[in-house]
Amino acid sequence: MRILYKIALATTFMFFLGHTTYAACGITSGSIRILANDFPAIHAVISAAEKCAGGGVTFTKNTTKEHRNLQVAGLTANPAEFTSAIVANSSIVPLLNEGLIRPLDDLVAKHGRGLKKHQLITINGKIMAVAFMANAQHLFYRKDILDKASVGIPTSYEEVLSAAKAIRAKGIMEYPFALNTKKGWNLGEEFVNMYMGYKGQLFKPGTAIASVNNAKGVAALKMLKSLTEYSNPDFLTFDSNATAALWEAGKLALATMWGTRGGTILDDKGSTANITSNTVLAGAPTVAGGSTPATTLWWDGFTIAKNISDNDAEATFIAMMNGISTDMVKANNDAAVWLIEGFVPGKAAAGVSASASAGATPYPMLPYAGLLHSALGSELAEFLQGNESAQQALADVEAAYSASAREKGFL
Amino acid sequence: MAVFPFLWTLWGSFKVQGDFFSKADWANAVYGIRTLAETGGTFTGNGYSSAWIEHEFWRSAINTSIVVFFVVISSLTIGTLGGYALARSGYRYALWLLMLALVFRAMPHITLVSGYLLPFFQWNLWGHLPTTIIVLVAINQPFTLWMLHSFFLNIPKELDESALVDGCNRFQAFWHIIIPVMWPGVITTGLFSFLLAYNDFAVTAMLLSQENQTMVPKIASFLGSTQQEGEVMSAVAAVVSTTLPLFVLVMFFQRQIVSGLTAGAVKG
Amino acid sequence: MPHRTFIFFILPSLLSMILLIAVPIFSAMTQSLFIAHKQVIIVSETCDPFGCKKETSVDAEATANLRGKEPLGIFNGFETYTNRNHLAAAEIKTSWNVATGWKDFFSRIMNLPFYKALAFTITYTFVVTPFVIVLGFLIALGTNSLASRLKGPTIFFSLLPMIVTPLIGSLILFWMIDADGILGSTLQRIFNDNDLSIKASPALTWIMLIVYGIWHSTPFAFIVFYAGLQTVPHETLEASMLDGASLWQQKRHVVIPYLMPLIIFVTLIQLMDNFRVFEPIVGFNASANATSLSWIIFNDLRGEDALQLFGSAAATSMLTIIGVAILLTPVLIMIWKEFNSKTV
Repeated sequence: MRILYKIALATTFMFFLGHTTYAACGITSGSIRILANDFPAIHAVISAAEKCAGGGVTFTKNTTKEHRNLQVAGLTANPAEFTSAIVANSSIVPLLNEGLIRPLDDLVAKHGRGLKKHQLITINGKIMAVAFMANAQHLFYRKDILDKASVGIPTSYEEVLSAAKAIRAKGIMEYPFALNTKKGWNLGEEFVNMYMGYKGQLFKPGTAIASVNNAKGVAALKMLKSLTEYSNPDFLTFDSNATAALWEAGKLALATMWGTRGGTILDDKGSTANITSNTVLAGAPTVAGGSTPATTLWWDGFTIAKNISDNDAEATFIAMMNGISTDMVKANNDAAVWLIEGFVPGKAAAGVSASASAGATPYPMLPYAGLLHSALGSELAEFLQGNESAQQALADVEAAYSASAREKGFL
Repeated sequence: MAVFPFLWTLWGSFKVQGDFFSKADWANAVYGIRTLAETGGTFTGNGYSSAWIEHEFWRSAINTSIVVFFVVISSLTIGTLGGYALARSGYRYALWLLMLALVFRAMPHITLVSGYLLPFFQWNLWGHLPTTIIVLVAINQPFTLWMLHSFFLNIPKELDESALVDGCNRFQAFWHIIIPVMWPGVITTGLFSFLLAYNDFAVTAMLLSQENQTMVPKIASFLGSTQQEGEVMSAVAAVVSTTLPLFVLVMFFQRQIVSGLTAGAVKG
Repeated sequence: MPHRTFIFFILPSLLSMILLIAVPIFSAMTQSLFIAHKQVIIVSETCDPFGCKKETSVDAEATANLRGKEPLGIFNGFETYTNRNHLAAAEIKTSWNVATGWKDFFSRIMNLPFYKALAFTITYTFVVTPFVIVLGFLIALGTNSLASRLKGPTIFFSLLPMIVTPLIGSLILFWMIDADGILGSTLQRIFNDNDLSIKASPALTWIMLIVYGIWHSTPFAFIVFYAGLQTVPHETLEASMLDGASLWQQKRHVVIPYLMPLIIFVTLIQLMDNFRVFEPIVGFNASANATSLSWIIFNDLRGEDALQLFGSAAATSMLTIIGVAILLTPVLIMIWKEFNSKTV
């Protein structure tokens, strides 16, 4: 009897001993070090991943606006400073270019069975990242103001222009429209989106030679100019914070904003009930009679660094799978347009889903797209200020791009 | 005129974002209309509690104190030694070194910091407070050396020369004779070092990990990539919390500063 | 002082500067002379949440091999300095040939990013510096003649703008000068123009940045001059008063020459700091209307497109250092002369 009792005690003891060395997710040991951008959806993912810490597993996170500047240097070091970098279409490119992230095929096979196929980002046959959310810029409109001005819901930018004109003519608002035209990355993004609506090609296929100085580019620029005529004259300082603030203050009737803003705009803080209840999110408009929405689709996902031990890689992968679990989605349903099983699209997700189903193009994951984007953002401001012609602006863009591309070895 | 922006921000830090950043009517910030609607009173401590408690701004305050303390001490220690040597040297190369220091100061800090990233990551120096402290000391050395060397020029040579005649070596002369009389200059230079370390953004934003951040980059992180409601007011409250101690310190030390500058007027 | 003692005293300071400033400057200089090896591009199938298509990507291994042999890159000489994003030698030559007059030539040059930034940087430096010195001096004089009870608070208030870090100070002002903010709408009311917006107008943005620069830097000049004023020997001042000199003449012939070394010091620091201005431009989101040399570097290294142009930033940094050296030359010559006259 006493022997049985002792054995039972010993087994229980060993049971607990064994269990305390397991973290909450079944990882025995490892170091998880994450680098990411700083916004609520990412915080949700990382908090869920953080539950895997403890019992031999260390977890550190760095969520910062500076992540793009830190990621290349941080992952080049050996061992890498971070085991995982959370990236988007554009920020994954430098990591791919420099070969700083590892293929995830074996880890996905082992731990990622539940992932949907469209969550896997594959380059040249290898899975390089796992995506978990999508985003895009699309149209927001104020139902009550459109009704007041007796205009229908715009589905193309030409219709947006006539709606804005009507709103102004009726004296309802002087500057009813806004988009994110802040000089720099935002302005570049608006051009790329509009250009995609015209089905333009950013580069000559298969090469790194920019090809934006053409009829489609000029048309896209002219459309942007017409749209900014219905924007507050400060439009060259409008980033997504500024446009969202304008919307919540009731100063806009139509806007092109990021889908992730939907959540904050539709909640009950910072705005009046009238504005919030009359805000509708719709798919991005088309342009020039085309069928492609004039926007680009973005995804955010996680990658695993190459210069780390296989043990750390596995631990990080498991933790991140925990971070993008269905439970996390259920707890944070409206934080983003999740690509994960269990997401129930609400009002805030309507615009992104509509744009995606209408066939919008994803932002290109080209190695040199960032350079062109940067050139666009710097050089197009002068055209919008009325200081030079569209052709001159686009020629400047191509010249600035060529100089930087040459420096980086693409040309 | 100098102080109005701060008073305005101080006032606004007790309101909600809908008022202080009201695009509808700036006077809302004065009357607190939305603050009343959202919190039930025209003043709210929400910004402060959000910053200090939820976002643990007190950690950043501690980090800033640590960084500032060590930067000032280290900067002054090696700066006084160097400044003294430059003042007493008498050779032309001292002036060349000072000119070189000026050229060093001309280098934009962002380029320097970007250059540090890869080596720091490789040698596991990134993200730690001591690394940032050493970097801040080094970057500000040119300015410190210039100021201190000017102060030392104004201390009569006879003081330490008589000590040398009496058989002290240079260091003993420095320690026993110069240190007692150099305090005014040291306090002034210390003040500028303090301000430079307290207010730095370029270096601290790039070289510190999230948990080690000092106050200024922490404020920038409140504003974040996308400004969430409540986050912006945390930033405003944090801004006020950061600048208020400085005001108090300056009020307290302004006599010392001026007398410090008086005792050894800074020469070019 | 014997050389050995000198080295011993200055070693820690010198070492820290060499390691953390001189070495990076040298490395930046080297980097600016090279460009990256040609990247090996392949076309492959890329799949993302929205579909699959054939896209180009970099063959990281092959490129790494290429780089392994020559890690610095391809030697480019000074071409990075003369490319379009910097001194733009070729573009200037073309503009010279096709320009239809001075105005046209000038506007073509202003189209180039480096020169646009240079124009603002030089304007900023040469407007802010004299204003700061003169204002600082006047405030110091004023404070000096105040009753002693008022001196303390005045000094405190005058020091305030300098205490706050530029990033925060400009952010606060940015919020206030917005067309809907308190300063913005007051300005609109004063000028009776509802469309007046500082952010939309390049000229007004320049003025605002310059005013901010003066507001922020004057306390530094003020405190240095004020302290200097305390040490003006009373005998000389009294003697000049007895000689019947007016207040203005006193200032001009006694005070200013005595303070000249201080004035030189402040000018030095101000020229250098104003030439490297960029934090207000970021804080005010003013890059559409005003860019500066340091802002270009900031953009190259921290551009949101995630591709950092180290070589380009290094070249602009070198050009900034050269610019500062050119600006400081007259002042440095004055210091050199003074040093030579002092030491024998």
